[in-house]
Amino acid sequence: MFGLTALELARIQFGFTISFHIIFPAITIGLASYLAVLEGLWLWKKDTVYRDLYHFWSKIFAVNFAMGVVSGLVMAYQFGTNWSYFSSFAGSVTGPLLAYEVLTAFFLEAGFLGVMLFGWHRVGPGLHFFATVMVAIGTLISATWILASNSWMQTPQGIEIINDVVVPVNWFEVIFNPSFPYRLAHMVTAAFLATALFVGASGAWHLLKGDNNPRVCKMFSMAMWMLLVVAPLQAFIGDQHGLNTLKHQPAKIAAMEGHWENTPGEGVPLILFAWPDQAAEKNHFEIAIPNLSSLILTHSLDGQFPGLKAFAPEDRPPVAVVFWTFRIMVGLGLLMITLGLWAVWRRWRGTLYEGRWLHRFALVMGPTGLIAILAGWYTTEIGRQPWVIYGVMRTKDAVSDHSALTMSVMLIVFIIAYFFVFGIGTSYMLKLVGKGPEAGEEDPATDNDDPGQSPARPLSAAPDLNKEA
Amino acid sequence: MGIDLPIVWACIIAFGLMMYVIMDGFDLGIGILFPFIKDRTDRDVMVNTVAPVWDGNETWLVLGGAGLMAAFPLAYSVILTALYIPLALMLLGLIWRGVAFEFRFKADEHHKPFWDIAFMGGSIVATFFQGVSLGAFLNGFEVEGVRYMGGAMDWLTPFALFTGLGLLVAYALLGATWLIIKTEGPLHDRLVTLARPLMLVLLAVIAVVSLWTPLAHQQVADRWFTLPNLFFFAPVPGLVALTAFLLLRSLRTGDPGPAPFVLTLFLLFLGYTGLGISMFPYIIPPAITLREAAAPPESMGFALVGALLIIPVILAYTAWSYYVFRGKVRAGDGYH
Repeated sequence: MFGLTALELARIQFGFTISFHIIFPAITIGLASYLAVLEGLWLWKKDTVYRDLYHFWSKIFAVNFAMGVVSGLVMAYQFGTNWSYFSSFAGSVTGPLLAYEVLTAFFLEAGFLGVMLFGWHRVGPGLHFFATVMVAIGTLISATWILASNSWMQTPQGIEIINDVVVPVNWFEVIFNPSFPYRLAHMVTAAFLATALFVGASGAWHLLKGDNNPRVCKMFSMAMWMLLVVAPLQAFIGDQHGLNTLKHQPAKIAAMEGHWENTPGEGVPLILFAWPDQAAEKNHFEIAIPNLSSLILTHSLDGQFPGLKAFAPEDRPPVAVVFWTFRIMVGLGLLMITLGLWAVWRRWRGTLYEGRWLHRFALVMGPTGLIAILAGWYTTEIGRQPWVIYGVMRTKDAVSDHSALTMSVMLIVFIIAYFFVFGIGTSYMLKLVGKGPEAGEEDPATDNDDPGQSPARPLSAAPDLNKEA
Repeated sequence: MGIDLPIVWACIIAFGLMMYVIMDGFDLGIGILFPFIKDRTDRDVMVNTVAPVWDGNETWLVLGGAGLMAAFPLAYSVILTALYIPLALMLLGLIWRGVAFEFRFKADEHHKPFWDIAFMGGSIVATFFQGVSLGAFLNGFEVEGVRYMGGAMDWLTPFALFTGLGLLVAYALLGATWLIIKTEGPLHDRLVTLARPLMLVLLAVIAVVSLWTPLAHQQVADRWFTLPNLFFFAPVPGLVALTAFLLLRSLRTGDPGPAPFVLTLFLLFLGYTGLGISMFPYIIPPAITLREAAAPPESMGFALVGALLIIPVILAYTAWSYYVFRGKVRAGDGYH
């Protein structure tokens, strides 16, 4: 298809399916914690606004959770179907980590999700709150296992290679590998940020429609507070993550910066705009601020770090993609900080709920948390190329021996099915958001006659569309 | 450590797959039975009997995938590569069906017939390709060292297509006998009538597979038809015949209750055991054994701790949710 090789098609398929997947868990992680906070505030302050918001967002959480489970099903098999040499070589490390993730997720679903979604009238308020908190913690533990596995592929340690197979000799070192704490912090914060932007945009949508009831105002206000704190925090964590990457994956940093080579005695400029040309080994149309990259990455004006030419051409990642996805992520991050500051200024002036331009901005910023997450993942995953396990196994040695034809056909099938299925799921979720939180919002189990019976499926916690009309 | 990790893990994965076949089997069967039951109310009742439990059932499939990768990475990579196309179609069938399941209830009224067809189609596609994958697995894989050497379409054999159709029959019977427990009135009687021919066809399928595998694979023939194995394994076909007889007899009574479902489960369990006898100790037939495909003990041991702690919890929870939703489901009894 389009002259792409089987390897490229396998990478596109993986990128496509995992990009769809990550959106849902990111919102799941953020919403679970948000719900725990809402319920905690309801129990503490006894203000019904918090209870109504809890019920409203728990329905959206239910749909989102189901989408995450369904899209995750494919991921559990794709490592074997498309990346068989990676799996037979390193499944001994990533397999157990993924197994723990699956077990954690199911433990959580089996134990607490049902109580959280259907148990409002069945168990006491303390126990219900406990269930919500456990679900929130569970999503974080799930993320921990997945990010441990991914980070190990970025900065592998704790292993020996015996008979062409990775043997984990120290699980502590495998899990707590050098990039893991930074990646975990960066991703969890990103999930919180994306959720705050999503909640904020939902609030802004209703404010723009002229619906400024206390529930809408409260959720908009909470989202803006969250943004004010978390967006700058994320910039700091991202910076620390970058320093860690410079230490362990310098070629990735060179590609992110579009930095080809050092000039003796001079600092490295921060390139704002350029078109990196991998073949010519230089940038076109470069606009740069002198010495700023040196200052950010080495904390001195003329500090140097390796340029791309310090690495053999076959060891360099695709520069242009990494360069640009990184800029998209950072650019959106700066806009998020701006939104947080703008909102706090309006709040200080006492006009948080009146500023139409602020609300329009917040609405447009709604999906940017998720876009930034995708851009960030493209930066770190494509920046790791040409390695699948950094310095240990090349991506081209990991891929299964499928033909380009097989891969093309399956890729088309996946694309059609995913857009259809998740398109419908997402539009349903947005319809629920569009309804807005109502006073006396009830949980779905209320209209059930027999309190002993409730379905275990998360999606059934969301209302029927035909009942809403 | 005195534990034989590859065997323990083989048992866990075999148990997980068995759980999957038992539990997702009957709810897939409900979709497969849709062409025979046209009435909308009846269909709603049928779907409602599994509504509270079906997505927990698929848990076992995900667990099977992750467990296989952790414990037998070589088998995970070779088998999944060889079965790429049928497994991908199976997964897409399951996703499709899962979404259709929910939107049957949630969509606008005029979209509902579409979701009915989607639910039926997804169930049939998922089951058929699951059966095809099973058949292709029994046929074995062309392997050189640790590399899969076969082509992308090697799975497409008459035997695999036959097992694909066979599994449709098996799941349809599981679905029908499950519904016999959960329904009443005309729908119930209709299902009892349906179950009889399904049962006979399934018996024929089991017979054909039992003859086809030893005829096609000397290894399988040697396992079954040499002494003293013949004596050890003779009870398996004997029990199949006995179970089938009891099952047919139970279907003659007015309301047979749970007996047909339990007997069908036992029948499938026997079939599963038979396949286990044929395959052991190979995990990538016909060349690579469990032990050869096993992950290093460091990996198996580490993952085993989690599995032993959490699988009992999942089992307990599952049992509890079936207990909560016991009893007949009537029209209008939605969980929605």
